[in-house]
Order: sequence, then structure tokens, then C-alpha cells
Amino acid sequence: MNKIPLLGDEAIAQAAIDAGVSAVYAYPGTPSTEITEYILKSKEAREGEIAASWTSNEKTAMESVLGTSYVGKRGMVCMKHVGLNVAADAFLNSAITGANGGLIVVAAGDPSMHSSQNEQDSRFFGNFAMIPMLEPSNQQQAYDMIHYGYELSEKFEIPVLMRITTRLAHSRAGVNQSKKRKQNALKMPKTAKQFILLPGNARRRYKMLLDTQDAFTAESENSVFNEYIDADEKHLGVIACGISYNYLVENYPDHKTPFPVLKIGQYPLPRKLIEKMYNECEEILVLEEGYPLVEESLRGFMNNGKTIKGRLDGSIPRDGELNPNIVAQALGIPHFEGRESSQHVVGRPPSLCKGCPHIYSYNALNEALEKYARGRVFADIGCYTLGALEPFNAINTCVDMGASITMARGAADAGLVPAVAVIGDSTFSHSGMTGLLDAILGKVPITVMILDNGTTAMTGGQYSNAHGKIEDICIGLGMDKKHIHVLNPIQKHHDENMAVIKKELEYNGVSVIIPRRECIQTLAAKIRAEKRKVKLATQ
Amino acid sequence: MKKDIILAGVGGQGILSIAAIIGTAAMGADLYLKQAEVHGMSQRGGDVHSNLRLSDKPVASDLIPQGHADMIIAIEPMESLRYVSMLAENAWLITNSTPHVNIKNYPELHDILTEISALPQHIIIDADNIAKDLGSKRAANMVILGAALPFLDMDIKLFHDAIKTIFGRKGDDVVQMNIDALKAGWDFASSKAL
Repeated sequence: MNKIPLLGDEAIAQAAIDAGVSAVYAYPGTPSTEITEYILKSKEAREGEIAASWTSNEKTAMESVLGTSYVGKRGMVCMKHVGLNVAADAFLNSAITGANGGLIVVAAGDPSMHSSQNEQDSRFFGNFAMIPMLEPSNQQQAYDMIHYGYELSEKFEIPVLMRITTRLAHSRAGVNQSKKRKQNALKMPKTAKQFILLPGNARRRYKMLLDTQDAFTAESENSVFNEYIDADEKHLGVIACGISYNYLVENYPDHKTPFPVLKIGQYPLPRKLIEKMYNECEEILVLEEGYPLVEESLRGFMNNGKTIKGRLDGSIPRDGELNPNIVAQALGIPHFEGRESSQHVVGRPPSLCKGCPHIYSYNALNEALEKYARGRVFADIGCYTLGALEPFNAINTCVDMGASITMARGAADAGLVPAVAVIGDSTFSHSGMTGLLDAILGKVPITVMILDNGTTAMTGGQYSNAHGKIEDICIGLGMDKKHIHVLNPIQKHHDENMAVIKKELEYNGVSVIIPRRECIQTLAAKIRAEKRKVKLATQ
Repeated sequence: MKKDIILAGVGGQGILSIAAIIGTAAMGADLYLKQAEVHGMSQRGGDVHSNLRLSDKPVASDLIPQGHADMIIAIEPMESLRYVSMLAENAWLITNSTPHVNIKNYPELHDILTEISALPQHIIIDADNIAKDLGSKRAANMVILGAALPFLDMDIKLFHDAIKTIFGRKGDDVVQMNIDALKAGWDFASSKAL
């Protein structure tokens, strides 16, 4: 079969389809979004063979896929690295319940924070949950590992975590497809108590998880994804995890290193293979994308063995993603530095699109707040976070999904009145609703701006689950209708919008202001699609 | 054969459409390919770039090592210089001449073009106007790609096939427009380089 050019994300998606996945749930987040987009566009999903959907958040996604697994079918849940924090309760407990149908959790990390608030390493979550983990080094391996991951998950009746990072997620390469497997039939769990985590059951299940750890390690020792590539020069041994292997071999002709390399693609770490390298080589260099997980476990607390190089001793920078040059430097390989950088290049930070509704929401808010001291706008995660930059300088915080309303509540309770929360419609459905309920119950003097552009814009325009329901949700949570206002964020309405915000800032209770206008990107895409349709119809 | 190419532009200018055409052409030539893209936050009017690596041998790193890039293809002149330190000795820089000014401190265009002109191997092409003369401003990216083709060591037919594959569903006139745009870029670059 011919190779097809796929992003790492798309390779994972295609593999899940080919491996007989029955359901895929996700909340969009860079760099994981394209996995679910690919599945949603597939023939299998469009024809209803695969249940695929955007969920309100990663926790609901994780729990949904646990339901898929409960009935014996294969499921996948996809999220960015910080999404796993949101899903963590369900994720960690899924290690205790175990799986019935194959269950793969994909967490896509973002070292160097290209589009994220931190660069946390999801492998720690895998270790925390004590479940097997897969970390592909290239697109083909990402594809193959999904097939293998489902077998592994069903063999040990345990969820499997796949960890990728931005460069693999968003890099395209030719991928060979394997044969398509049929979906599992409905099959209930073998024991009725497996999924009831009452203390008695949970203690038994936890012991089972502990007892299986050695088997997971044995599986890693024999895995084709953990490869010991021997070589003659034993002054150094390199442990290369995931895509860091590529950056290593890039520096050697024909991708062959003169020293042994242990390529890691499956966790828990293969103890015997690491011992072999430790015993045979004089020094060890650890290359890993993210935190020094392997390096730390090799050093141990006393750090009194052989020299271990990596992120902790400064051989590799402590933060940021790897690249071939960083690895070359750690290996002492002289490399061509290239030309000098240009003197005529200035930064070009991202900015709100021309005509974006958020521009007019911020202009009105800024003017309404003029008479107050600055520093009282608690914002959230989405395109509107760009309101922190020039020319708006409109917001003062961006922490995690939903933290706008809750931080404003805390600040207002502590005496910062008025306090303003700015949150997007999709972020509101993700994690804003519960915080709003708290604020309403506490009769807290905050003004909540729900910027409703009808989509999850930052990640490319995915469905926003609160679409068309925002006022009803607010009323259902106990909002006083008199203090809910819908605005049209355009220049023409600036004065009246500003006046509404100004008035509500003075109200001693919760106000909700909903500036509503469609994202100009999704609108433009719709118009283009419509034009295409008309053109094809007239041809 | 090995070509490491950096594509550069501003979010929304469509560097990924150029990447898709080269990628499809490379697959047609049975070359190994890796192409790292940028998605997410930086897409919103910020600078974007893509690393595209083609080779007749397997490609390891998704990222091009410093000083190894054979070519920069840019849709915007200042962006063409952002990664100039990535270029190898005898590399080419191919750029559109029309600036995209969405920042207050955009440098003097004259300074930018002078710096580009000082590079031993460069093409500065007014792709927007060439595309407009052909009847479609949206084909400017294909004009720029066309201007890079003489230095890519690949058969132009591969690119015609790639355009058919990618634009086919939009109709024959769109395919022909893009093929014409590609040729216009090629003709311009050939006349400059020889």
C-alpha cells in the first residue's frame, strides 16, 4: 500500500480508525486538536460507525471513553498536556478500575510552550497512575503504537497513555497503513465489581494494579519500541526517549552513532536494558523531551553512581524543546553555526484578527473601567487572551480554563470591587459554569463578560458546547435576568455597550454580559464553503 | 538529493498551502518527507514558519539543524529574514516583495530588501502583482513557489500533478490558474538567476 502523508496527530487518528476504535472524545487543545478533527472528518465517523465528538471538557471526555471501555469497545480520548490535569480524577481512577475494551489516552505536550501556559510532562501522569505508556519517535511509530497500544490495553485490561509532543503532533511524514480491524462487539466486564470503586473493591483493584507492575516492566523489556542499538565505543551510552532519538541520529552519517543507544518508546522503563547500558558504558547521556523523568530516576537521590548527563547537570537546557543543535552541543559535536541573524527583523506577536468581535468588547470594557484603578480584569484561555497585549492591555490574569470567574470571585470577596471576569463561550462550557454558580450563591459583586463568538476559535473553530444556551444556563444557575445583557460587539454600538458595562460594574451582585458576534474566521470559512457549493451546483 | 526548506510568512498567508503542494510532489517522487507546521496561538497574525525536509534517504529530525537549510521560501520580505541564520553556505532565499504591515515598528522596507539583495543567491518577486495580472490574487503563493522551483531539482510535472490533487475538487479553472501562476514564478526566477 502507498504511504500517505500524515501529521503525527493524523497518524494516531488513522491508526485508531484502522484498529477498530468505536468512540473518540476530546476537548480541543493545541497540539492535540487535529487527532479528533481527522476522526470527525472520516467516513467512519460521518456514517456513524465511530462515535466521535467534542466534549465540554477533558474530564467529561475521559469519563465518556471509560464508558466505552466498560462495554468492551475500543475508545480513545485526546487532549493537550494541561487537559490531563482537568481529566486527572477520572484518569487516575481509571487505572484502578482498569479497562475492559482497549482504552488509549493521548496527551499531547507542548515543550517550549508554543501555545500553552506550561510545559508539564505527561509521562509523570503515566507514572503517577502506574499504567503503561507509549512515546513514539516518528509518525509511523505513532501509527503502529496505537495498534499495539490497544492490544496491550486489552491484554492487561488497563488504560494506556500515549504521550506525544508538538513536533510530532504537527509534523507530516509518509505513513504506511496496516489492515483495518473490525470493532469489538459489546462485552460487559468480567466481574461486576471491577468498576465500583467502593473502598473494599478499590483496595483489591489497587493491589491488582501493584501486582501487575512487574508484568508491565517485562512487557517494556521485550517491546519492539524499546531498542538497544549496540556500538563499539563504550565511553558513552545515550538513552533517547521518543522524538529525541531523531535529534540524536540527525548528527551522524547514515543515522548511525559510534556509541550504544537505548531508544525508549515504552514505559515503565525497561530496567534490564538500562542496567545493561549502565554497566557497559562509562557515562550516560539522557535525551528526553520535557522534564528529566528518566534522568532523575537514573541519578537517584544520592546521585553517587556513574556520571549521568542531561537536563539536570546543564548538558541540555533545563527547559524548552530539544533540537538537533542542542543535542550536538551536548555531544561536543562542532556544528556549522550558520549566518548571523538579520538586523532588520522585529517581533511579530500574534494579534486579534481584523474585525474580531473581541476588539470591540475590550474597547468598551476598557472605557467602562476608566474611572477605576487598574488590575481588576480576570481573563481566561482563548483568542481573547491576546487582550493582554498592545493596544488593549485589557486583562490582568490568564491561568487555567475557567479561572477567570473564580479568581474574580475570590478577589471580590477579598475586597477588590468591582472585579471583572472575561471568559469565552467555549471556556465557559468547559469550566466556567460551576464557578458562576458559586459566585451567584455567594452574591459576589462581579461582572462576568462571556465573549460569545459561537466557536472554539483559538484551536481552529470547533463546536462550542454551550452554543445557543448561554443565557439559559446562566438563568438556570440562578442569575437574575435583569442583570444578563447581550451586546453586539461592533464599533457602531460602542457607546451603548460601554454604558451597559459601566452600569453593571456598579451593581452589587453578579452581572453577566454577553458580547455576541460570530468569529470572523469561522464566518469567512462558512462563506467560502457556501460559494463553493453554489459554484459546483452551477457547473 | 536533500532539500531542507524553511517556509515563512504571517499567520493566515497560507504557507501551509505551499507546504502541501511541495509535500504532495515529494511523495509523488518517492522522496522521504518531514514537514513541521505551526498551529494554534501563533496563527493569529503572528509570524509562522514551517520546516520542510525532502530527501532520497530517510529523514531523522523534524526540525532542520541550524546552518543546514538549503532554501527559504517566504510570502513576506521581513519574514524571509527571520530565519536567515538557518541557511547553509550556498542556499537560496526566495521571497515575495510585498510587506505585510500589522505591527507599528515594521522596519524600513528598503533596508530589508537591501539585506536580501546582499545575499549571493536570492529572488525577490512581486508575486501579488504577477498573480493579479493572471487574474487571481489568491494565486500569489503559487507564483512564489514557482519562483523556487528552478532551484529545487524536481520535475515541474510533479508539481502540476500535486496541484491537480490538491485543487482538483475546486474545478479545472482553479487548477489551470495555479499551474499558470507556478509557470509565471518559474519564468521570473529563471530570467533572474541565469
